[in-house]
Amino acid sequence: MSKRQHISAVVNGDPVDFLTDPGATLLDALRDDLGLTGSKEGCGSGDCGACSVILDGRLVCSCLVLAVEAEGRRVETIEGMADGSKLHPLQQKFLEHAALQCGFCTPGLLVAAKALLDVNPDPTESEARYWLAGNLCRCTGYDKVIRAVMDAAAELRQVRV
Amino acid sequence: MSDVLERPAAAPLDDGQLKVVGTRPVRPDGAEKVTGKAMYGADLALPGQLVGKIKRSPHPHARIVSIDTRRARALPGVKAVVTAADFPDLASEEYEAGESASNLRDLSLNVMARDKALYDGHAVAAVAATSSAIADEALELITVEYEVLPHVTDVEASMASDAPVLHAHLFTQGLAEKPSAPSNIAKRNEIKRGDLEAGFAEADVVVEGRYTTAAVHQGYIEPHACVASFGADGQCQVWSSSQGQFMIRTYCAKILALESSDIRVTPAEIGGGFGGKTTVYLEPVALALSRQCGHPVKMVMTRDEVFRATGPTSGAVVEVKLGAKSDGTLIAADVVLKYQAGAFPGSPVGAGSMTALACYDIPNFSIVGYDVVTNTPKVAAYRAPGAPISAFGVESAVDDMALKLGMDPIALREKNAVRDGVKASYGPTYRNIGYVETLEAIKTHPHYAAPLGPNQGRGVAVGFWFNVGGESTAAVNLNEDGTAVVISGNPDIGGSRASMAMMAAEVLGLPVEKVRPIVADTASIGFSMLTGGSRTTFATGMAVTQAAQKVVEDLKRRAAMLMDVAVDEVEFVNGAAVCRDPAKASLTVAELAAKAAQTGGPIGAQVSLNAQGAGPGFGVHVCDVEVDPETGHVTVLRYTAAQDVGKAIHPSYVEGQVQGGVAQGVGWALNEEYIFDRSGRMENPGFLDYRVPVASDLPMIDAVLVEVANPRHPFGAKGVGEVPIVPPLAAVANAVRGAIGRRLTDLPLSPPKIRAAIDAG
Repeated sequence: MSKRQHISAVVNGDPVDFLTDPGATLLDALRDDLGLTGSKEGCGSGDCGACSVILDGRLVCSCLVLAVEAEGRRVETIEGMADGSKLHPLQQKFLEHAALQCGFCTPGLLVAAKALLDVNPDPTESEARYWLAGNLCRCTGYDKVIRAVMDAAAELRQVRV
Repeated sequence: MSDVLERPAAAPLDDGQLKVVGTRPVRPDGAEKVTGKAMYGADLALPGQLVGKIKRSPHPHARIVSIDTRRARALPGVKAVVTAADFPDLASEEYEAGESASNLRDLSLNVMARDKALYDGHAVAAVAATSSAIADEALELITVEYEVLPHVTDVEASMASDAPVLHAHLFTQGLAEKPSAPSNIAKRNEIKRGDLEAGFAEADVVVEGRYTTAAVHQGYIEPHACVASFGADGQCQVWSSSQGQFMIRTYCAKILALESSDIRVTPAEIGGGFGGKTTVYLEPVALALSRQCGHPVKMVMTRDEVFRATGPTSGAVVEVKLGAKSDGTLIAADVVLKYQAGAFPGSPVGAGSMTALACYDIPNFSIVGYDVVTNTPKVAAYRAPGAPISAFGVESAVDDMALKLGMDPIALREKNAVRDGVKASYGPTYRNIGYVETLEAIKTHPHYAAPLGPNQGRGVAVGFWFNVGGESTAAVNLNEDGTAVVISGNPDIGGSRASMAMMAAEVLGLPVEKVRPIVADTASIGFSMLTGGSRTTFATGMAVTQAAQKVVEDLKRRAAMLMDVAVDEVEFVNGAAVCRDPAKASLTVAELAAKAAQTGGPIGAQVSLNAQGAGPGFGVHVCDVEVDPETGHVTVLRYTAAQDVGKAIHPSYVEGQVQGGVAQGVGWALNEEYIFDRSGRMENPGFLDYRVPVASDLPMIDAVLVEVANPRHPFGAKGVGEVPIVPPLAAVANAVRGAIGRRLTDLPLSPPKIRAAIDAG
């Protein structure tokens, strides 16, 4: 077994250090080494999106990124989405629209939706559906998820104005 | 089960007076779930915990000659290794739990194979080690000698007389004569009425078809996960994600021959179940490993393991023949159902038989079902188990009948619809059903009149589910400041904390934010059957409502004491005890709670009941599709689903149940299937190749809630979660028939099949 590597990164704005196996994924490091269990493992193969995080501004499946690749980089997870105790508009709209049932895919969906609105503040319904096509939800049929994302986008545009 | 509650606990409250029930508050567990704080099965880590992993058979059917674990045990970091030898060899015993009975021996053998591996992925050994890498290495060091046997994965091939026999002790039940040889047909069941031959002789029009469905998985996004700890004093703790902490306790106790009082199970948040988490896979293994080494053991399945070793529901063959008079009156129906059970008996063919014709009033029918074992994972409950499969056949045939008769498909269903007072095909007489109202809701919906373009088609289908009640316990405790806690024993799989809090708040006259619901562990609340059968809002909701009503009665008694009047002088109105004598000041819940010490101490009530009278549910769906004639790809353009829900406690979450059920049904119809290669191994055990619907596959799904109250529930609720997966298979297939002009009968309707049908046309 190879020796563990020392990794320094910035997670949700805070500097972190951890030791990791060269073969461990970023998801493993977040969940097991940093205690950030909001990112979920639904498949381990990049098909379900439950582990979605933003790495240096880019949406990735953290199960497909090696932990060692996080060296010197910025990682945003669900735990960093709210501003203290004030929910992000996406989080608030998910609650108001009942866009979650079991809630397991919700962190990944929220992170992916935030990545969408960061690059496209005014998506069409089709754009939102295709952007979120990498995030499986088995409970909702996506109807209320899409409504919540569109509503949050509208609210964020108001805030920007 | 005895009919404990012959009468409703209380007359349904007048709709006009409801303040909380029927509104759409933010769910009480919502903030935890949108911030990533909610703890699911894999999120708990205990000090000193080990990693547990399972070694699985690579063969679909093999005798286990020997298992050598010595090298694995010798590996540094390995703390425990178990095989079937570490579990008691249980006798065959049927055990009633939740929606279906389980045979405890089969359950135990499914958790850990003893003499034979019966499917690719069947557990044969397990290890616990200090790291995941060491556990993986230990699995490699376990040597299993197999004698590979011929296998069979297809349901009809397994019924053939020359098929490899899975269980030498299995003789078909339900035959007129006891068979002389073992068979893979575990059971034949039959439901009959009238004279089938005479019925068909009277028919002016006859249609028939043979319909097939593939095995499909529940597809919950959270893999099975648990942590188990076996104490030196024999006291065990289990934390796991399941549809019932009491179910986990019972099965662990039975499989490991422990006392229930020695096991405390704490429910984690559950990341989807859909019936697939109504049984045990990991928990007894984790306990056995922990017992051997004294450390807590955490086990989490990979997605590959979830596909290969849990769920799915049956692949099946459905044969349907219908006879009708020229005016559209159905007079005869002959239905044969062949359902795959997987490695052990217990497919949902019984429920498939009982639901097959439940929407129709037909004088002459026969429904015969076969429960067939195959070398595939043992099926688990999947949302309205068995019903979508039989409905796919029957609703496809009814669609063909409407075409042949030149009748509108809803008109044909209305003409033959079951109504109050009709004896259901499965026995009881319908009361307070809302089926014709639901048909009407679709007939008058704008969707049903929307124009269709080229290559587009519209399909209609209906569906039925019984819904169940059963045993539940709930407690309502008032806090010192007049707020309240609702405690129940049912995992919240899709918003039930919200509905529990809302029903309690309604009765207590409190704002819903002042009532906090929790889901308690097995030592902290009385027994409750698992979350399944669409029973929680109905049965546990009844327990919550009755407990809140007891609190209200107690508050009236205490108020009367403080007011110094007779208790019948006091009424409870809008969260306050009000005396008929206007001179007496009323007392709010908060004021009464503050004075609890003066009036007898803490205020709270617990109710345990066995709820009867769950109203059956009916759904009517209409689906529009467009077929790309070049690729054979089907796009769902519009989908509208109407359902009689009794009374929607929280309408958003009821709509969500309907929309989610539709999405799963669309996946079943178009994409999803277990594919086995010639060696009997699943070829697509991952979400890349087992393709569940994604956001870009679906349109908005219009859920139309029809409310025909169930008088047996205090607020009129009926179960809602299962009905919506019943109609979509046929609704989609009927729409595809409309689009391409040909009937397809083999699910899923994948592009190659559609292309072949277009080319043949």
